[in-house]
Parts: sequence; structure tokens; C-alpha cells
Amino acid sequence: MITKQLSVFVENKKGRLSAILNLLAENDVDLSALSLADTTEFGVLRLIVNKPELAKKILNESGVIVKITDVLAVVLDDAPGGAAKIIDTLYKNDVSIEYMYAFDTKLTGKAIMVAKTENVKAVNDLLIQNGFEDPSAEDIFKF
Amino acid sequence: MAFLNERMETLSRAELKKVQLERLQKEIKRTYDNVECFRNRMDEKGLKPEDIKSLEDLQKVPFSYKKDLRDYYPFGLFAQPLKNVLRFHASSGTTGKRIVVGYTKNDLETWAECAARMLSAIGVTDEDIIHVAYGYGLFTGGFGIHGAAEKIGAAVIPISSGNTKLQIQTMIDFGATVLCCTPSYAMHLGEEVNRMGVKDQLKLKCGVFGAEPWTESMREEIEKSLGIKAYDIYGLTEVIGPGVACECEEKAGMHIWEDHFLAEIIDPDTGEVLPEGSTGELVFTSLTKEAFPVIRYRTRDICRLEYEPCKCGRTHLRMCKPQGRSDDMLIIRGVNVFPSQIEEVLLKTSGGDLTPNYQIVVDRKNNTDTFDVNVEMSEELFADEVRSIEDIEKRITAELRSTLGIGAKVHLVNPKSIERSEGKAKRVIDKRNLH
Ligand SMILES: [Zn+2]
Repeated sequence: MITKQLSVFVENKKGRLSAILNLLAENDVDLSALSLADTTEFGVLRLIVNKPELAKKILNESGVIVKITDVLAVVLDDAPGGAAKIIDTLYKNDVSIEYMYAFDTKLTGKAIMVAKTENVKAVNDLLIQNGFEDPSAEDIFKF
Repeated sequence: MAFLNERMETLSRAELKKVQLERLQKEIKRTYDNVECFRNRMDEKGLKPEDIKSLEDLQKVPFSYKKDLRDYYPFGLFAQPLKNVLRFHASSGTTGKRIVVGYTKNDLETWAECAARMLSAIGVTDEDIIHVAYGYGLFTGGFGIHGAAEKIGAAVIPISSGNTKLQIQTMIDFGATVLCCTPSYAMHLGEEVNRMGVKDQLKLKCGVFGAEPWTESMREEIEKSLGIKAYDIYGLTEVIGPGVACECEEKAGMHIWEDHFLAEIIDPDTGEVLPEGSTGELVFTSLTKEAFPVIRYRTRDICRLEYEPCKCGRTHLRMCKPQGRSDDMLIIRGVNVFPSQIEEVLLKTSGGDLTPNYQIVVDRKNNTDTFDVNVEMSEELFADEVRSIEDIEKRITAELRSTLGIGAKVHLVNPKSIERSEGKAKRVIDKRNLH
């Protein structure tokens, strides 16, 4: 499925990251997944949360820059080769991955992979056609 | 290309210098006889007006400063009795005490002529309708352009500043063809016009913008948003007001009307006159002013003068846009750096309409200056990918290097994280202990 991801600009200063996460926790925003891409100067924090619009509003109000991006979420086997199968399919179809990360779910033996590609809608259809399992919102978010 | 005063505007350099010397000698004499402050300074140096035998002799004459206008407030520097003064203009200045200047009938005539030469030089005629959105009042902007417009016989809309919607409606209803206001207000008008979707109802063809520093990127923005040609005008209240120097249609620097104002470029630290073509502090001497003559007045503006003849046919030299104020100039690793240059780079590289907030931090480590530029991140600059943010950082760094000639470390920081005092961001932090 296509899901919304928060991308947050994090200045590389002590305490910035925890300040952001605390703010979300205080406002009952639940994190399903988190990934941080950083350089020596700054980082981009990527979050999958249950209330993306609310989270963006809260963070904006405290002066944090946030963008909401559509990303791909797909179920993979939580076993050796699970991720490789998906990457292989994308590679064969000339889809390049800008970034990806995976997280645990409530589904036993399964994980969920988040990926950013061009034209997520088409790629999502492609994966479903190739027999990959489309997670439901319940699989991703805790309610 | 039209001239208001073709003979004067195209005098050969040699003839121009002759006119200047004749007028300079009279101006120095007038000021010496009537202004005590100037007389005392001349006497201290053992100089008499008769000692000024050539234009070069001006270099011996003492400077005058903005501070003098405050110290001798209100009329201590006037060279004419108030009976002969027809008008005052004043400016508040950001640091307390205000300054006041006066004009005789001839001074008002000189001023109108100087600013009117510009209007003619950019193709404005008596057919035009000039919308003057500079403030009218003690500020020289409104009345300065007003006088020039009347001089060439154009119709004036003396709307003064404020009420943007009314300004736009008036321009539409009256068919204004020329807009005069500050460049920042022109940017604002441009945005509003486009937001309201009424650009095609405007008849504007050009605009005269001055009274505050502006950049080439702002010029492009104004020209695009209002569909006009935008020209720069320069002037200081102390010297006469807007019209001391103006662009012609070539947009290749502002012609200083040298038959009325003599310009020098000096080293702001030593006061030495610098060779032709150097960058330094601009100094003005009025040649024909009666009520408020200025002799070697330190403008604090840093710029360069271009002596090559202009394509427009005018022989009067051109000043480049001031790069900044000598008070703002930083010397980093021996190179002059102005905050305005950094602003220009940021406006160009950020892709948005607004200059991101920034701060320059200079320090000295192991006898070398460190130079850091913090730039506040914004929604416009931010992207989901690390790579594209790094690209922005690299682009700003490269552009700064090519503009300034030295390298700076660029840091993207959180929005609103740059400290502000009284709403204004603090632009420069110099941690070096050089004094
Ligand atoms: Zn010219």
C-alpha cells in the first residue's frame, strides 16, 4: 500500500532528536517505524506514524520543518532472503530505490518494508501483480 | 535617447573638470565664509579657500561626517539665512537624533534637474503618468521625484506610501506608466498585483527605485512581477536627496551628475584618495548647493566608480551599486565581505522569493580567520532526501566562493534558531579580538 511518511529536518545538535520524539509522545502520536539518515551537519528523520497530519502540525508549531511524503509499504518474509526478493523484482523492472527501511509488525513471521521510489503508485501495482502481499493499515499502525 | 540638458550631460571630461574647478572654488569659499564648523577645520589645517587651485587640492580639505549634522542640529551647518530657505527635509536616523537640511530656490531647482535628467534618460516624457509611492513629508523620496516629474511636465499621482490595494487600483484607474517607490515596496506591489490577477490591467512601463539597498535578483523579480524595466536611483538627504546619481537605459551603473556633485573614492581607514577604478568609500562634495553645502562628505557607502564613457553618450562617471556600508564591511582573510553579497547569493540559490535568514560567524583560530554562514532551513529548501539537501549546501558554498573569492562553511540550521534582537536577525557575529 501507499502510506504517508513524515520527513523531518534535524539539525545536528545534542538533544534535537529526543526533543522531537518527546513532543510526539506527549501528543499521543504513535510511531510504527523510524529511520534516520544523517551527515555530519544534519539529519533527515523519517517516521511512519498513526496521525501524520497532527504530527506535522505539532512539529511545525514548535518550529520544526516537516514534509509529508508518499512511500511504499510492502509485506516481506521475516526470513533470510525476504528483502532480497523484493529488491530483485524492482531491479528487474528498472525501478530504482531512493531509500528503504524495514520494521516489525504484529503479523507473525513477517516484516514491513518501506521504500521510496519514483511513482510509488505504479510500483505498488507492480509489486501486487508480482504476488507480494499488500499490508493493511491495521498491519502498520497500532490503534 | 533623450537628454534633459544635453550640453551639460555630454561635456567632454576636460570641459567638465573646468566647470567643476570653477564651481568648487566658489562652493568652498561660500562654505568657509558662512559655516563656522568648516571654517574652523580649514583653519586648523592652515588652509584658506584660495589654496584650492586645482581639483587635486581638494584632497587637502578636511572631511565632514554624518555626526556633524547631529552635533550642529538644527541649523549650524546652513550657509544661508533662513529667509532664503524655501524648504526643509529631515531624516530620523536609526540612532536617535535626527538630521535636517535646507534648500534655497536654486537648490530645489538643482535637485529637480538632477532627478529629471534620470527620468529623461530612461525614456520618461511629458506623456507619462508617474505614480509616486515614496513617502511625502520630511523624507526626501516623495518630493524629490515629484519635483523631477513636474520639471519634465509629466502628470504626477502623489499618492505617497501605504494602502497597497488602493495604490494598485489607482495605478489601474489613472493609467500610471511609471512607478516610483522603494524596491522592497515594489516587490510587495508585484506580489499583490499577481495575487489579485490584475497585471494585464496595468500600463506601467518602467520604475525608479531607490532609498534603500537592493540587489540584481530583486531587480529581476520586480521586472518580472510587474512587467516593467526597473532602474536604480541614488541619493542621500545630506547631499540633496534622490537624484545625485541615476541609471540610464543602459543599466550599467548610475551616472553621478558631476557638474553638481564631485565624487571621490577613499580608503575608509586612512582617508587617502584611491586610484581610479578602486573600490572604497564614496565621498561627495556639492558644487552648486547654497543652503546646505557639503564638503568631502563621508557617505559610508562602499563602491567603485567607472570612468569609461557610457554607451548612452553621457560623459558623467558612473557609480556601481554600493556593495554595503563601510560600517558593515568585514575583512575576512584579507578580503572585503559585505552581508549584502551573502544575501544576494542566498536569494539566488534558495529558489524561493525570500532570502532565508542567515548569520555570518567569523572567528580566528591558529591565526587564520574562520568564516561560517548559518542558513535557516525552510519548507522551500527542505527535501526528503539527504542528497538534495547536501546539493543545496554545496550550491550555496560554491556560489559564495565565486562571489566573495574566499571559502565559507555553510551550515543549515533550524528555522528561527538564529538569534534576533528587536525582531531583526543578528547578521554578523565577529568573535575575533582585533581591537
Ligand atoms: Zn549612460
